[in-house]
Amino acid sequence: MIIKRPSLYCLALFFILVFISQAMPADLKKAVFIPHWIPQAQFAGYYVAYEMGIYRKHGIDLTIIPGGSETPALDLLKDGRAQFGSLWLSTAIEARAQGVELVNVAQIMQKSGLMLVAKKSSGIKEPKDMNGKKVGIWDSFKVQPNAFFKKYNLDVKTVTQSYSVNLFLSGGVDVASAMWYNEYHTILNSGLNPDELSAFFFYEHDLNFPEDGIYVMKETLDQDPQLAREFVAASLEGWRYAFDHPEEALDIIIKNLEKEHLPASWVHQRWMLNRMKDLLPATEAGISGQLKEDDYYRVGKGLMENGLIEKIPPFASFHQE
Amino acid sequence: MGLLKKFLPLHLFIRSEPSLAKGRGIAFRLSCLILLTTSLIFIALFGYYYAFSRQLIEDKIEQDATHLAQATANRIDRVLGATEKIPQDLSIVMEHLSPETEGLKTFMTTLLEKNDEIYGMAVAFEPYAYSRDMKCFAPYLCRDNGKIASANLSYEYFYWDWYQIPRELGRASWIEPYFDEGAGNILMSTYALPFYQGVGETRKLKGIVTADISLSWLKAIVSSIKIGKTGYAFLISKNGTFVTHPNSDLIMNESIFSVAESRKDNSLREIGREMIAGKSGFARSVDMISGVESWMAYAPLPSSGWSLAVIFPESEVMADITLLNQRVIFLGIGGFLLLYIIIIWIARGITRPLRDLTDAAATIAGGNLDAVLPPVRTKDEVGMLASSFYTMKDSLKEHIRNLTETTAAKERIESELRLAHDIQMGILPRVFPAFPHRREFDIYAAIVPAKEVGGDLYDFFFMDDDHLCFTIGDVSGKGVPASLFMAVTKILIKAKAVKGLTPETILARVNEDLSIDNPSMMFVTLFLGILDVTNGEIVYCNGGHNPPYIIRADGEITQLEGTKGMALGVMEDLTYQSKNITLKKGDNLFLYTDGVTEAVNQQDELFSEKRLEMGLSDLRDQSLKEIISGIMERLEVFSKGVPQADDITMLALKFHNEL
Repeated sequence: MIIKRPSLYCLALFFILVFISQAMPADLKKAVFIPHWIPQAQFAGYYVAYEMGIYRKHGIDLTIIPGGSETPALDLLKDGRAQFGSLWLSTAIEARAQGVELVNVAQIMQKSGLMLVAKKSSGIKEPKDMNGKKVGIWDSFKVQPNAFFKKYNLDVKTVTQSYSVNLFLSGGVDVASAMWYNEYHTILNSGLNPDELSAFFFYEHDLNFPEDGIYVMKETLDQDPQLAREFVAASLEGWRYAFDHPEEALDIIIKNLEKEHLPASWVHQRWMLNRMKDLLPATEAGISGQLKEDDYYRVGKGLMENGLIEKIPPFASFHQE
Repeated sequence: MGLLKKFLPLHLFIRSEPSLAKGRGIAFRLSCLILLTTSLIFIALFGYYYAFSRQLIEDKIEQDATHLAQATANRIDRVLGATEKIPQDLSIVMEHLSPETEGLKTFMTTLLEKNDEIYGMAVAFEPYAYSRDMKCFAPYLCRDNGKIASANLSYEYFYWDWYQIPRELGRASWIEPYFDEGAGNILMSTYALPFYQGVGETRKLKGIVTADISLSWLKAIVSSIKIGKTGYAFLISKNGTFVTHPNSDLIMNESIFSVAESRKDNSLREIGREMIAGKSGFARSVDMISGVESWMAYAPLPSSGWSLAVIFPESEVMADITLLNQRVIFLGIGGFLLLYIIIIWIARGITRPLRDLTDAAATIAGGNLDAVLPPVRTKDEVGMLASSFYTMKDSLKEHIRNLTETTAAKERIESELRLAHDIQMGILPRVFPAFPHRREFDIYAAIVPAKEVGGDLYDFFFMDDDHLCFTIGDVSGKGVPASLFMAVTKILIKAKAVKGLTPETILARVNEDLSIDNPSMMFVTLFLGILDVTNGEIVYCNGGHNPPYIIRADGEITQLEGTKGMALGVMEDLTYQSKNITLKKGDNLFLYTDGVTEAVNQQDELFSEKRLEMGLSDLRDQSLKEIISGIMERLEVFSKGVPQADDITMLALKFHNEL
């Protein structure tokens, strides 16, 4: 017995190794995910889930294609280069209305991070103060600002805003569009203090357009609904892990930014991760991941009013859990 | 020497040497006190000097740093300002001449060829402003491998910062620096200004003229500023973004505000706000690289709105003053040591005679009065002390000499007295039993003089075969005169007590001889008895002496009847009367001097006859020797602690009536 025992262990170990090496890859399903922008903390959940092997745990052999202007998520989803993609709700509704068979399998962000920012020194403290002022608007995100101007009956001079906030900082515009988790922090770190700024969050003005969600083509979903379920579950687990281990998550984000030769500021990514926690929101109760019907129709109505869509696609076909 | 010590225990009141050796001498205390005071003065002076010199240095640094920052900022600004001239000229050309494409490109090429500092230039028109067919028209010329390449910007440039900012502002602007990836990752900044068409009401924007500047020269200028080993300068854009910094990771990635955020350093943020507000200043800060305390001076570059800062690490700036301070402290400590040595030397000089005197005093205290005293050299307090000491020593020596002589004389006398004692004792019969062959009676006697020689006497001898003469006496006074008188008395008794004479005759004859020439008027009390050993009959005569006791064999104790005789030697021609008493077998006769009954105890009580009678009663069955020694013991116990005042003499006789 004593002599045989080691050889028995060796044999058992051998079989286990053979089992793992043969069984694991066979069970993993290949999938590609495309976030709709660069690998920043806005997508921390996905990158963390990837790095921590959470997707593999859920049986997915995932590839993440770094997003950016060169790789529009919608295009990659349409042509099948990616099975899963992250898109704004408004973008997705617009695409769906144009006939792209997109399905929302999870609404990650429940709150809109889009906002308008003005310097108090320019005399803007309330929405009505914007009257007659120059407002920087992103071409792609004009629905909420327009609804905002309409709501407060404002006559503003809109200026197409680029990706930088330098126009606002140099005084070229009085009001700038900003993402709370991104440009707003850039403005703070250009030397403006929060108390010197007037911030208008759309979600505080009944214009909450939830943003980032996970999308999949209807065809792909129908083929393997289990895969989509696992992807969503793994992504939400990744988000939870990221919020529970922010330092680790930030290291992963910085690594991915550096890989893409993008400016990687630790404090900026930390700000972004914290704001994502506010916008998801990640609470004690967890992360919802649900798309609320009234949110959906609010966005749809906004798009329709701006003439971007003719009619709102039915909610049931758009969102599937 | 031994004598001196006996009489003068000087060592009791002169402190001995070891306490000085422990270092609590005057020299030690003096030097401690002086050094302490000097230290306090030095510390106060040094503190003032340190604070003052530090302030001086700080002022100097502020001046230097501010000047350096200002000078460097101006230097950069001059270059930037010079660069601005080219696109400004071009914009004037564009406003007034509206050149056609090739002419414009040639002109731009010439400008680039003549101005090395410009990397590339563009003239970007408003949509359809150049031609109604073309939305975008923007010829761009830039350096490419030593040549000048020409291109058209094909993308919609209208919403780029370099276009939008001067357009919206309506004035020239330096655009935030950026890395130009296409041109080999060089740091660039663009100066852009609008140009217009028409005048007055019809004047409208036609396009933007830009000039790209490679900032490598800027980096060279800024990094050429070296302050000590770790001091440096850096440049930030008007948004606070690092344009140059020794830590290249910060350049274009971080702003002074994001660094402040990550360091949780709000003061740095405030400095940053001052900087981008175009202010000059000098502030205490923390070095962004090493985290050490530093000074920071900053100055704006007015043309671009950028700001230049120089960092002075405090430790390096203060290195000189720190070194100086170290040396001052070092010299101070050295000075202290020197001062200490000098103080010790001086103090020792002052206290040496004192210590020598102390040594001498100790030697003298040890008994050596011949010890050599240190010579008196000074006339100060120490000198006076030494002089007094000299006098004291001489007096002491004189006194001791006198004492020695007196003592020697006394010793001689004492030795003579001891001899006298021996002689005196020698004349008394002291061998007992005195008559070993006589069985009719026992006799025993003892004498304890109060001094070496005494005035008590006793004697016994046979006048013939049957008659024993025994006597006891006490001379008035004590000492040598009494002893001489006693000796005379004793010899007279022996000489006068011849066979056949009665005690009264013997006493009368002795009295006569004693009285004849007795100028000192001494006298002796005397009891003399003659025992007929055949029948126990005693004839006795008492000359003023204590009456002896008769202790009968049955225990009765009575005093012998007196014979009314006076003490002998007082006057001549005294007559005495004898009386008779008969001893029976076993009767004792006890004779004593007043040294027995008049012995006193500590309460000044006399031993008294009562105690003597009790003693005799208790001891009556004992032998004579035991009776006498028993009484002697009781006396000793009774008068314990009180010196013996008088001679004590006892004589006892027991009649056996045996032939």
